Amino acid sequence: MNVFSPLFVMCLQFIAVLFAAPAFAGWVRMVKCWFQGRKSAGLFQPYRDIFKLLHKDVVLAENASWIFRFTPFLVFGTTVLAGVIIPILSIDLPLSATADAIALVALFTIARFFTALAGLDIGTAFGGMGSSREKTVASMSEPAMLMAIFTVSLVSQSTSISHMVNVIAHGEFVLRPSLAFALLAFILIALAETGRIPVDNPATHLELTMIHEAMILEYSGRHLALIEWAGMMKLFLFTTLGIALFFPWGIAAAGDITFLPVAILLLLIKLFFAGIGLVLIETGLAKMRLFRIQEFLGSAFLFATLGLLSYFMLE
Amino acid sequence: MSISPFILASSAILIFLSIPLLVPLFLRHQRLLINISSLIAAIASLLAVTAGVWTVWKGSTESYIILLGLPDLPFHLRLDPLSGFFFTVIGLLGFFVSIYSIGYVKGFLSHRPVNRLIVFYNLFMAGMFMVIIADDAFFFLISWEIMAAASYFLVMFEDEKAENRKGAFIYILVAHVGAIAILLSFGVMASLATGFENFGGYTFDAMRQTEFPIKWATAAFLLAFLGFSAKAGVFPLHVWLPEAHPVAPSNVSALMSGVMLKTAIYGIVRVTFDIIKDFPWWWGVIVLIFGLLSAVMGVLYALMQHDLKRLLAYHSVENIGIILIGIGLAMTFTSFHLPVLAALAITAGLYHTLNHAMFKGLLFMGAGAVLHATRVRNMEEMGGLIHKMPWTAALFLIGCISISALPPFNGFVSEWLTFQAFLLSPSLPSPILKLIFPLAAALLALTAALAATCFVKAFGITFLGQWRGHHTHVHEASWSMRIGMILTAVSCLFLGVFPTMVISWMDIIPEKLVGGSLTTTAGQFGWLWLTPISHSRASYSAPLVFLIILVVVLLIYIFLHTRKTAIHRGPLWDCGFEKIDTRMQYTGTSFAMPIRRIFGFIFMIKETVRIEASTGTPGHNIFPKSIHYRLRVRDRMWGWIYSPVADASFWIARKTGKLQQGRIQVYLVYSFVTIIILLVLL
Amino acid sequence: MNIAAQINSILAALVLLTAFGLLVQRRIYGLLHLFAWQGLFLSISTGVVGYVARQHHLYISSILTLALKVIVLPYILHTLIVRLKIHKEVETVVNIPTTMLMGIALVIFSYHLTAPIRELSTLVTRSTIAVALATVMLGLLMMITRRHAVTQIIGFLAMENGLFFAATSATYGMPLVVELGVGLDILIAAFIFGIFFFHIRETFDSLDVEQMARLKEEE
Repeated sequence: MNVFSPLFVMCLQFIAVLFAAPAFAGWVRMVKCWFQGRKSAGLFQPYRDIFKLLHKDVVLAENASWIFRFTPFLVFGTTVLAGVIIPILSIDLPLSATADAIALVALFTIARFFTALAGLDIGTAFGGMGSSREKTVASMSEPAMLMAIFTVSLVSQSTSISHMVNVIAHGEFVLRPSLAFALLAFILIALAETGRIPVDNPATHLELTMIHEAMILEYSGRHLALIEWAGMMKLFLFTTLGIALFFPWGIAAAGDITFLPVAILLLLIKLFFAGIGLVLIETGLAKMRLFRIQEFLGSAFLFATLGLLSYFMLE
Repeated sequence: MSISPFILASSAILIFLSIPLLVPLFLRHQRLLINISSLIAAIASLLAVTAGVWTVWKGSTESYIILLGLPDLPFHLRLDPLSGFFFTVIGLLGFFVSIYSIGYVKGFLSHRPVNRLIVFYNLFMAGMFMVIIADDAFFFLISWEIMAAASYFLVMFEDEKAENRKGAFIYILVAHVGAIAILLSFGVMASLATGFENFGGYTFDAMRQTEFPIKWATAAFLLAFLGFSAKAGVFPLHVWLPEAHPVAPSNVSALMSGVMLKTAIYGIVRVTFDIIKDFPWWWGVIVLIFGLLSAVMGVLYALMQHDLKRLLAYHSVENIGIILIGIGLAMTFTSFHLPVLAALAITAGLYHTLNHAMFKGLLFMGAGAVLHATRVRNMEEMGGLIHKMPWTAALFLIGCISISALPPFNGFVSEWLTFQAFLLSPSLPSPILKLIFPLAAALLALTAALAATCFVKAFGITFLGQWRGHHTHVHEASWSMRIGMILTAVSCLFLGVFPTMVISWMDIIPEKLVGGSLTTTAGQFGWLWLTPISHSRASYSAPLVFLIILVVVLLIYIFLHTRKTAIHRGPLWDCGFEKIDTRMQYTGTSFAMPIRRIFGFIFMIKETVRIEASTGTPGHNIFPKSIHYRLRVRDRMWGWIYSPVADASFWIARKTGKLQQGRIQVYLVYSFVTIIILLVLL
Repeated sequence: MNIAAQINSILAALVLLTAFGLLVQRRIYGLLHLFAWQGLFLSISTGVVGYVARQHHLYISSILTLALKVIVLPYILHTLIVRLKIHKEVETVVNIPTTMLMGIALVIFSYHLTAPIRELSTLVTRSTIAVALATVMLGLLMMITRRHAVTQIIGFLAMENGLFFAATSATYGMPLVVELGVGLDILIAAFIFGIFFFHIRETFDSLDVEQMARLKEEE
């Protein structure tokens, strides 16, 4: 039985990541509609969107190369791999030792690298603009992300995410200002990485305000379905990564299958509140102009550094 | 006589030294000469690789004395694991580049004979190997000069252009300043070894056994670091790199960037860890600071370039910085007596040395193929080459992915190891270092991210999109060039997917240098997982990452491919805009514009825009006839360091020139005065 | 008392956060709010320390801080800003990321400087001395990098906050008479600053302190 429990957890998590991510995106859109006084399209609209796109034909530009066709598959693949590394329901993942936090960030970087290349591949001005802006934001969020990981790893003396979860969830409860600062930094960085307001507007139709959308403007059919799905999974994964690093109480310990239903319930509650929190931020702030983003990410870096300093100074 | 690594190594060197002797026999059969010499060079490199791998694997040390050189100063040679490692690095890239050269050098035949290229190429390779195998100051410096002189002639190969001559001149100037510093450093150490009594101290063995007093040790270290940094292209002595590497033939640029800079790293490691064994912690911090400076400045300069080879040259500055970061960390950990941490840091630094040789070589070879095919060097005039040169594009892409430190290729492994070494800095006893090292780690993360941006730009503008230039005669690279690049790319993949094997192979080196070893922990869970310090601390499984991504991508592709939906090809949508032409694409300069705005304070940037109006009255900008945009990005170091030094030397030269009056009486007065002074003194 | 020490650490972290916030915040009302929050965290911290170390005069200090720094001074400054009709944005001498980096360097420096005190002290609050010194330095940095007169006085007040915090963490507070005296001095300083601002505005038609360079003798 003990051999099967990690595999079972991994399959469960794989299904959760694939099929719960669009629901989370749907939930965020619903709450946003409520806040803005509109009528929402329902929790399951993202599923309908993906399904529709999968059944449409693909129209490729004449000069698109194999990189353009290959990118959606690679982006989807790396996001799925990231999905089975982050402990969402239980620490007991056989693949959690495959990549630690730094390697996890690198997996997301692969996806961005290839999306940026795909943006340049088609040879339009919008694609180049999206790639250029996306890579600029990425290069400023990396130092902040690393500092945040560093700060969080100080507490548990490790960069392996399962180990961090284990130490914080099952160790004694201590109020740590370093983790509070790191959480603040992580929220800012997650907003930048997943392309939400105030960094980038995921629902915009004006090309000059796009960062992520501009790179994928030429995609259609099943390629677009994969990229959209991967985008929703990325949002889901960053949320669950934040939950795992900063609010891990409720994630089942190793070998504890009977706790799983409780873990699922607790996860749903946390995602409920996370969605509301995200919409509060998105509705309350306005999108910044591009050259204010360095101050935004600079503040994230500052918070992470303060977390690090307060670890050494105060703990 | 049994075969030992040393025999293989010395035969490799001898073969390289004897290839130039073949050149006079084939003066009229240039193509045959190229084929034969490149093949023999490849075989010799393979011998060197075997020697290197064998030495590191066995962990043995062999020393010999050769009775060449001056009467009382014979040459000492030594092949120990550290030398073996660098033999492997140089030999491996040498092998790949020699195969590549078979096709590449033939491209020069239409303009000029290539005898000079062949002769100096082989002397260059021989010089590098001799530097690594030298065990005394005399032989080391002779080999160093052979290497520098041979590379000078190689850089100057196409000497009809003024910029090539200028680049070569700056190169040899900085190399010689460095060589003087190295000479002085060896002088300090040699005299301390024997107490100024005889010349016996010039051997490295004698220096190893001496305990240097701290002030002299610091002087020797600083001089050696200065000298080797000048050769390695560490900021601020990096200005020769972007001038010299682009003008050299691309196979030579690949070697210079890939392995010649590494001989300087070898020098630093040898002097610090092997000869001067005890050092204070602030030496490591100095190395770390210069490494960080080179890394950050190098990548920022690279982002501003539109010449493909200059961009790659600046990236070499950046990667040397990353290697120095690893070495600086190792030095700091060693001075605080933390051997296991130091072992991790130095493994990270040396692994990056090997990685950089591979992917930089691949990138320069790809750039050479592109230049060879298109005859332009400016990225802004290229584009869409992925359709005409698919193999080169795919191989260049592998190089780009590797240098951007993305899994599962090799760049990621060494960056990951360096980050893990940084994350161990809370174990340091000094509180100030504990706080500053994480900030340094954040700067390294910034460098890695900016490098990824730069290579999206380099690959995207050169190969993707549509052709921006004027003529369209572009052909794919020849098969020998492709094979050279394919082999290099395969080694990049191998180094990325099987890091545990490589680390356990080279584990003898940290053990000898810093006294700690990684094998007990690194491969603890089998060859699949890389766990440098302990399993709960951090683990990375490169084969699994590679395999899973491959499996998932294939599965989705198969799953989606069986559907009934079709793929249509049509013109670009571009949000419904019609009449798109190739000038509307993003150029390299526009791609780097946000970075230029944000980090621009580091450079001297001058941007001028002149709009020529269509109507007669000036000042009407609404329908411009043409827009002239001029951007100039300059290195501040020219104005701060190099121009003042150059001006000062010219001033001194002019003042001294006044001694040359041209009249006989004055010269006779000089001799007269000298004689009187000598008579008074003696 | 582990919980109290943790709460104190969290409050110290929040004080540091507000000090950085003062450094990078662009809008004047935002600065005022941050200053008020800093005063609030300070007074709660003083109260906690008073409870843990059983020094009852710290309760009086805490209430005094609350009254003065959270209510009275922000109110005075708010009236000043309204009367002077100041526009909302504040310019800085160097750009904001550079200011942040300088701030981080100062924090590291103050950590390094107070290391010996940390070794020797036996108080509950010994780990917060570094934060207190850092707050003083960040207040001074704020005075240097801002061009507007009102922000300079907020920087001065932030410095005083830091000194007060340092007193609490190093020696469990100053004698009550000293604290009352300091409080009175600050109140009077605020009034005097207000009067001066009107004078400056009349002379130069702006509150940009760079304009005072015009007072130099022309060569």
